Amino acid sequence: MDQGFFLLFATVSVITALIVVLARNPVHSALALMACFLNISAIFVLLEAPLLAVIQIFVYVGAIMVLFLFVIMMIDVREAALQRFLPGGNLPALALLVLLGVEMLVLVLWSNRFSVTEPVAMRGGDEIRQLSTALFSDYLLPFEAASVILLAALVGAIVLARKEQG
Amino acid sequence: MAPLWWYIVLGVVLFVIGAAGVLLRRNILVVLMSLELLLNSVNINFIAFGHYYGDFRGQIFAIFVIAITAAEVAVALGILVALVRNKSTLKVDDVTMMKG
Repeated sequence: MDQGFFLLFATVSVITALIVVLARNPVHSALALMACFLNISAIFVLLEAPLLAVIQIFVYVGAIMVLFLFVIMMIDVREAALQRFLPGGNLPALALLVLLGVEMLVLVLWSNRFSVTEPVAMRGGDEIRQLSTALFSDYLLPFEAASVILLAALVGAIVLARKEQG
Repeated sequence: MAPLWWYIVLGVVLFVIGAAGVLLRRNILVVLMSLELLLNSVNINFIAFGHYYGDFRGQIFAIFVIAITAAEVAVALGILVALVRNKSTLKVDDVTMMKG
């Protein structure tokens, strides 16, 4: 049951990821990426991380992809849709990618550390309470740093996208 | 329950697809979307390891990754809008203003 759901979501997310990379029109890429994120959030639910699944849908599908679609609407994407890939020899990049993928797959399948089938039982129930307690006590400094980074990015984005004066 | 390496292999496949998008595509928008895909595949790994080893710090890391991604996308799209306004191009290989 669980495995069937995992295979379904994984297959759909890989297919939509391929559509993101191969689609001619950036709008199609954006919509495929939305579907991919939805499937990944379903995988988070399978991993018993419902909080992360909801954050994934809120932040990625709700905020980031809508931002992408706004930018796509603001600018004319038709001229860029003519040629999909970088001109010239893509052979080194392709070789690098194949090497990377084969290396990672061989390392994962070779090792016996990843063959765990039964997850370790979580300490106690109430996982989200533990998570938030850790986030706001042990990880308070990184949390505040992340909020400052978000504020800086907000100001930076407004300054960058503003029309030049005069 | 599916074994752990299934999730790791899914992360690897999504990472390679995203890296292909970053390295091969010509449209800056699609390059940025592939970057999102890369970060998401890493998140799958974090959460899978956290789940299978009974440690919720994986989820905390994933939350931070998502926050940083949101900041990155905001700045990147601001730069993109400024670029389109000044040079009216979306091609990666046309952006060579800093090439001396």
